[in-house]
Amino acid sequence: MTEAPRDATEIPEALAVPVRRRSFQIVWIIPIVAALIGGWLAVMAILERGPTIRITFKTAEGLEAGKTRIKYKNVDMGTVTNIELSEDRSQVIAMAELTPQAEGLLVKDTRFWVVRPRIAGSQISGLGTLVSGSYIGVDIGKSTKRKRKFTGLETPPIVTADLPGREFVLSGEDLGSLDIGSPVYLRRIQVGQVVAFALDKDGNGVTLRIFVQSPYDRYVTVNTHFWQASGIDLTLDAAGIKVQTESLASILLGGIAFQTPPGVALAAEAEKDALFTLFADQTTAMKRPVQEIATFVVYFGESLRGLSPGAPVDFSGVVIGEVKSIDAEFYPAKKEFRFPVEIEIYPERLRARNRKPRTRTKPDKIKVLLDGLVARGVRAQLKSGNLLTGQLFVALDTFPGAPPAAVDWSKSPPVLPSTPGAIEELQVMLANVTKKIEEISFDEIGADARQALAALVRTLKGMDALVLRLDQEVAPAARAALEGARKTLVSTEQTLASDAPLQQDLRAALRALTRTAESLRILADTIERHPETLIRGKQEDEP
Amino acid sequence: MTAMAATATRLGLLACHACALVSRPAAAGGPARCPRCGAHLHHRKPNSIGRTWAFLIAAYVLYVPANLLPIMDTSSLIEFQRDTIMSGVVFLWTSGSWPLAGLVFFASIVVPLAKLIALTLLLVSVQRRSPWRPYERARLYRFIEFVGRWSMLDIYVVAILAALVQIQSLATIHAGPGAIAFGAVVVLSMFAASAFDPRLIWEPVNEGHD
Repeated sequence: MTEAPRDATEIPEALAVPVRRRSFQIVWIIPIVAALIGGWLAVMAILERGPTIRITFKTAEGLEAGKTRIKYKNVDMGTVTNIELSEDRSQVIAMAELTPQAEGLLVKDTRFWVVRPRIAGSQISGLGTLVSGSYIGVDIGKSTKRKRKFTGLETPPIVTADLPGREFVLSGEDLGSLDIGSPVYLRRIQVGQVVAFALDKDGNGVTLRIFVQSPYDRYVTVNTHFWQASGIDLTLDAAGIKVQTESLASILLGGIAFQTPPGVALAAEAEKDALFTLFADQTTAMKRPVQEIATFVVYFGESLRGLSPGAPVDFSGVVIGEVKSIDAEFYPAKKEFRFPVEIEIYPERLRARNRKPRTRTKPDKIKVLLDGLVARGVRAQLKSGNLLTGQLFVALDTFPGAPPAAVDWSKSPPVLPSTPGAIEELQVMLANVTKKIEEISFDEIGADARQALAALVRTLKGMDALVLRLDQEVAPAARAALEGARKTLVSTEQTLASDAPLQQDLRAALRALTRTAESLRILADTIERHPETLIRGKQEDEP
Repeated sequence: MTAMAATATRLGLLACHACALVSRPAAAGGPARCPRCGAHLHHRKPNSIGRTWAFLIAAYVLYVPANLLPIMDTSSLIEFQRDTIMSGVVFLWTSGSWPLAGLVFFASIVVPLAKLIALTLLLVSVQRRSPWRPYERARLYRFIEFVGRWSMLDIYVVAILAALVQIQSLATIHAGPGAIAFGAVVVLSMFAASAFDPRLIWEPVNEGHD
């Protein structure tokens, strides 16, 4: 106090309060509590903050920063926080913040795609997003490698990772009308889809990945054959016209079918990602698998037009092989062209006919077999399979009258003897006929004919005279005879008329005869019943 | 301003905060009560600087989540949205409501922060017993006290909207955690302002003239 109060009495004295000592200021609890709350909020915010990921897309259509959600099985997994162009402006980079529980889904093969309304060939999807707006779909991968940067898919994946089944790899000649999502059929039931396709690096084929759902995947065995069931398969070959389709959807969209060929032993299930060949059509795919192939060359004398590689080689109607290639060879020495037709024969099919399926045909056995056949007159011949299309095939047939020949085993491949084809034979026959016709001496025939005609004229003149005489002498007599005959007929007719007297008499006589016959019958009856009447006379009825 | 004004402290008297009665300190010394209304009598607000610091620090701490956390969750049929104060300002600005954006920005971001900074300035200057511009500092204090109540604008908006927009499954609005933090900041800064004893501003000035 610096100055004494002027008038202490005027100013009331304050009331004394017992001393309360507090070593700690309660007020400091407030910032501590605030710090605790703030810290807790911060911790929560950090905990709630899941990983941030980067997804690149081709376009940001339907995406909106801060609004587009990321959903897995329609469960919210995060939000797109930022969308920007990549540095080269070719892509869109979407940054997304995920929930902490999404940490586990960020693995190497996790896939992201934008779910928006889509109308594809076979299905319509994402209609719900018309109202709710697009979102990013996720398919969680199975890899264990973590990843934060992803490339978004342009189309939703066909197969999600949690769908049971197996993927297989097919390699084929071309894609046909297949596309991603094309169906895979087993006995016309849809069991899977095409997942991906790519052109082979060398450009000589395509590789497809297909997914076959469980439980159908166990029908894919090591021996299973796949073929294109795309659209309508119209074949025109030596066997005629064939139209084959799988289902209406596959006509429009294409598809793949598979089946294990009949007659093939059951095999183990195929491994995941096993490689198969994709055949062009069912016929090719279902051909009996061939293990042994014997190649031969046949030289035909006639035109090979209509013969194509793949044409059947048949033995008395049984297909035992096919034409592999047709070439042209020039022999400078003889200055002539020859056309070797390379054919493949499957000896096991011949052997199967021999009913010895177990033993594997040895090369020398084939030799013995074929030598025997050729010695018996078996020759290769070009035959027309289809007159309409002119397709040819190679037939092995027996020609007993064929000039002797043998298989030329010294060449590689060996040469089978051939005989002119049916058409050529026909030509030769026609030529023979023409030749014979030419040999006929039509001059002599003409002279003879003239003589014969002169004789005929003379005979006819004689005939003429004879007829004249007949007319003059025989005709009047014949007329008189005919007149007499007519008169006789008239009188007979009168006699036989119903009211003629002869008829009346005849009828009365017949009636009398009837009555007589009746009394005779009664008499016979009586005698039969009472034979004693013949001796004793007719007895009266006893009383 | 008269430098040698006779203040209660100078005269060794106590003024009651509640009824403004001036009284002599109790003969026994130590804490005293007002003989008229019974309120505690203090020479100055007890431990004013410490208490103000405490509230101020608490307000600072909560100012961070108040601005970072969403104050409003809007969910409608089409979308779900969380807005922080700043995103609301940005939205208003981009949608063309510049005056409104300015108002919200000023009331909800600038004013609370300015208040905290101003209080810090006052506290530091008082603690250092600085005689620097006491008159302006006193005006600043009065401004802080006046403006405090207007900072709650955002909270009012959120509270009204949350009560109004409750159409289940079509659209709902909830107050987010940021709103609580923001409200706490405003209340704490008001407490801090009231805990501060403006008379402390004049002490060094008066002493300087002794």
